Amino acid sequence: MSEGDISRALRRIGHEILERNKGSEGLLLLGIPSRGVPLARRLAACIEEVEGTAIPVGELDITLHRDDLRRNPVRTAHRSRIPAGGIDDQVVVLVDDVLYSGRTIRAALDALSELGRPRAVRLAVLVDRGHRELPIRADHVGKNLPTSRDERVHVRVAEVDGLDVVRISGGESR
Amino acid sequence: MTKHLISSADLSRTEVEDILETAASMHDLQRREVKKVPTLRGRTVINFFFEDSTRTRSSFEIAGKWMSADTINLSAKGSSTSKGESLRDTAMTVDAMAVDALVIRHNASGACHQVAQWVRCSVINAGDGTHEHPTQALLDAYTLRTRLGDLDGKHVVIVGDLTHSRVFRSNVITLGTLGAHVTVVAPPTLMPSGIGAWSQADGFATSWDLDPVLDGEGEHGPVDAVMMLRVQRERMSGGYFPTAREYTVGYGLTRDRLERLVARNDDVLVLHPGPMNRGLEIAPEAADSPQSVVLDQVSAGVAVRMAVLYHLLAGEDTPAPLPASAPEGAVR
Repeated sequence: MSEGDISRALRRIGHEILERNKGSEGLLLLGIPSRGVPLARRLAACIEEVEGTAIPVGELDITLHRDDLRRNPVRTAHRSRIPAGGIDDQVVVLVDDVLYSGRTIRAALDALSELGRPRAVRLAVLVDRGHRELPIRADHVGKNLPTSRDERVHVRVAEVDGLDVVRISGGESR
Repeated sequence: MTKHLISSADLSRTEVEDILETAASMHDLQRREVKKVPTLRGRTVINFFFEDSTRTRSSFEIAGKWMSADTINLSAKGSSTSKGESLRDTAMTVDAMAVDALVIRHNASGACHQVAQWVRCSVINAGDGTHEHPTQALLDAYTLRTRLGDLDGKHVVIVGDLTHSRVFRSNVITLGTLGAHVTVVAPPTLMPSGIGAWSQADGFATSWDLDPVLDGEGEHGPVDAVMMLRVQRERMSGGYFPTAREYTVGYGLTRDRLERLVARNDDVLVLHPGPMNRGLEIAPEAADSPQSVVLDQVSAGVAVRMAVLYHLLAGEDTPAPLPASAPEGAVR
């Protein structure tokens, strides 16, 4: 996906979120670090452009809720930044770059349940690459990328990496 | 990250910064309704305290519980130690119960290092004799960083009974790791022998005279924070200083000294590892002043100890086999 593709996908997701929610009332976007965070900010900017009202954006660090902690070297946990109003009775849209096994989202749901009780939780991802290991699906998808497990999906966003691009590498040549 | 935390010198700058960053996220947890994360579920942490302690022991226990680890407290009194069991046997007995971490406070310097040679689990030093108290140094660094930002080039003055202080030793190392300048002040009788060798290090200075240092006339100039150490009452009869009154006049943070400090720098911080002897090393006016961050230190204690447990225990399972033959030598 090129820079243009990413921007068009985010714009469409922004519209979908608004359509589904019938406006921006009670909406709250939470990005999952690291690349979900800038994506959430851009989505919020898209939504503000359409609706004219700013919606709260935060970050949700899920490190402490991961189920693979014992399989990997320790990762530093970072602070979650939750908008001042909290998440109670809001419609929380989780934003991440790639949806793969679904385990990150499970951890995010656990982390959310400790912060409060949202009215609803939705999931927006830039790329869905399949291979789910848990019964989790995205409500809003930028692009479905059928991949094999030995391929890698690289998402680069300007805020973190200096450029916007989605690439697939490894596996059999396609 | 190392397996054990015995000395503040075990931690590189990156590791200290990682722990403090994690501690910040743990600190947020304390303000939540549900103060619990599942991160260390299934891990067992034993707090073995051979010496009395309020804040260190309770904060390690809370830290473990909020991380969902099972924490068990043992003290010398009421354990087999009072029946004459050696430290080695006690440590190996506890280790044989397949615990994941042993948090130890002991009156002998080097006890934690010694225990780490005998057991498979992680060993965390919660204060050993007059040697070190690394988690205290981390929580002090956390408290300072929260208020002062990056500690590079910041000037911290540590005052009091240096000879018998493990808090001071760990703090000098950790603050040095983070690039802070440290001046230590003590009466000649309470200045550790051989500290001259330490002062070769960058950003480290010693003084026998408190007032010029507080006035910013010392080697490192203006003061950003003052850490008062507890005068251990059991030392009073040791001939280290003539009377309590004389100590206060020479080295206490009196109301007068606080006023002069604040006149120079309104944002100066006053730290004390506790428990405080009000009126001896720190005047009540200083302990309760807006500059005092003593209670911030306590609240940071839980967050920092959660971060330490997380960094030592959350990673890959690497079950080391029991040592075939444990080395000789026992700490009593």
